[in-house]
Amino acid sequence: MTDLLIHSSAETSEPEIGVGRTSGVPRPPLSESDVELGTVQINSVRRVYGHGSSAVAALDGVSLTLKPGEFLSVVGASGCGKSTLLNMVAGLDSPTSGTVSVAGRVSVMFQEPALFPWLTVARNVELALQLDGAGRTERRARALELLALVRLESFAGHRPHQLSGGMRQRVALARALARQADVLLMDEPFGALDAMTRDLLHEELEQLVIGGTSVLFVTHNVREAVRLGDRVILLSSRPGRIAASYDVELPRPRRIEDQGVSALATEITTRLRKEVAGHGSH
Amino acid sequence: MDRLVDRAGVERAGVDDAVVGPSLEAKVNAGDTEAAERHQPQKSVSNSRLVSIVAPILTALLAIGLWALVTLVISGPTSHIRPFNPLDASRALARLISDGAIWLDIKVSLMRLASGLGIAAIVGISVGCLTGSVPLIEKATTPVFQFIRMISPVAWTPVAIVVMGVGSAPAIALIALTAVWPLILNTSAGVKAIPHGWTSLARSLGATRVEAFRTVIAPAIRLPVLTGLRVALGVAWIVLVPVEMLGSSEGLGYAIVNAKDALAYDELIAAIVIVGVLGFCLDSALRYLISKASFPSKGDH
Repeated sequence: MTDLLIHSSAETSEPEIGVGRTSGVPRPPLSESDVELGTVQINSVRRVYGHGSSAVAALDGVSLTLKPGEFLSVVGASGCGKSTLLNMVAGLDSPTSGTVSVAGRVSVMFQEPALFPWLTVARNVELALQLDGAGRTERRARALELLALVRLESFAGHRPHQLSGGMRQRVALARALARQADVLLMDEPFGALDAMTRDLLHEELEQLVIGGTSVLFVTHNVREAVRLGDRVILLSSRPGRIAASYDVELPRPRRIEDQGVSALATEITTRLRKEVAGHGSH
Repeated sequence: MDRLVDRAGVERAGVDDAVVGPSLEAKVNAGDTEAAERHQPQKSVSNSRLVSIVAPILTALLAIGLWALVTLVISGPTSHIRPFNPLDASRALARLISDGAIWLDIKVSLMRLASGLGIAAIVGISVGCLTGSVPLIEKATTPVFQFIRMISPVAWTPVAIVVMGVGSAPAIALIALTAVWPLILNTSAGVKAIPHGWTSLARSLGATRVEAFRTVIAPAIRLPVLTGLRVALGVAWIVLVPVEMLGSSEGLGYAIVNAKDALAYDELIAAIVIVGVLGFCLDSALRYLISKASFPSKGDH
């Protein structure tokens, strides 16, 4: 059984806290049994902020499908609406027109780890399970398993401030995985990390999610997008439109310094530069 | 001392692990050698601790010395300052405490303070959450709030007495009116300072409004609310005395006026000393609570 969630323009109400829960959410479920869990369908989505003459279209006419198990990277200059797109899939924002439908449950990871300083590392991970209704002993055990996945089990009792930036982001990853989501949404999760730490986390992420969970990965780092993605989508700026789509047919596991990664990243960067220049000449 | 060592160990762990990554063994091994190294700093830590205890005591003694100097040495035998000297005051203080006359006033004043603060906390935290989360409400209420806040609560005392009569009711009402502002402002600032990412995260984890309040907002504003409570307590305690002087027949403020009317200047000073000591103790208690509720703010985003 599939539960397909839709947030469409028909919903005029503000997204409430509670959107994104598996069932019984404000989004009307659509029973299309032929849609596989982990699928995200975005149909001619437009998102306008503000009213009248000050209105700005962040996204316009964006359509794409995230297939189950696919790792889709979205790149673009800053302000191209990448995060808006991700927030709409997460249920934190709604399109002005068009539809976004998600089969299954989503989990989000932001650029900031957003760990709560009054909770230990383990309790931060447990929070996701607690809000899912898991019992105390169950979530305790599960949190330790998840911390082991990101190699932080010995830091369960530490506080977030005692961890480095990379370790904090790994805790956030463990928490995101705790929801056992069908779709993982990542909004520049490694943007604030140094190159070495980012490289390590790329490896871990590749091992943990490739071929399993569908991932929508937003970044402004083209190399990172190519290194991780099965497909890379390039968004133009203001309004954000899909300018190009690239299939990344490189063998895994990959490395950021691979020839193939470099070549494709260069190609995409060249195209991105044109987009930015074109936008500037308007 | 144990706590100090603990803290040093934890901080060290934070720094080491941040660089090396998961290396508990390194930490354990390092522990042995560090124990020896720590011996030296520990000594200086305990020295500075001793100084931090002795210095304020010396300052207090100096203040009492100055008080004695002005009232007993500099002033002439017929001076009006002389009756307010520390020797007579301390004798009066001992008498008041032992014969129990002052206990009722202390009890009444503390009860009024607690009731007023309690009302202010309930109203202030609720209103602060509202103004902190809805910008329109904040904009709409700011002028009125600032207008009322700038009027000394003592100015309302005649109004409160006319409306509520003499006794505890007007005192409690005026304490609540005094204490509510720092609570509103601090709660509101605390709510506004919650990083956007925290609330987004709670929503993305499927938290309901109530769950988000319980798991994110309440713990996040705990510290600013306690700080607001400390400020509120300070101003409330200051305002309580003049309010009790004007419209009450009990309490420490009344005890001061009563002593003046009875020309018992030693008892007047004793009551003032009690007001100061109690205020100091209450503030220290809240400072302790605040230090317990604090968490390191690094890495909170």
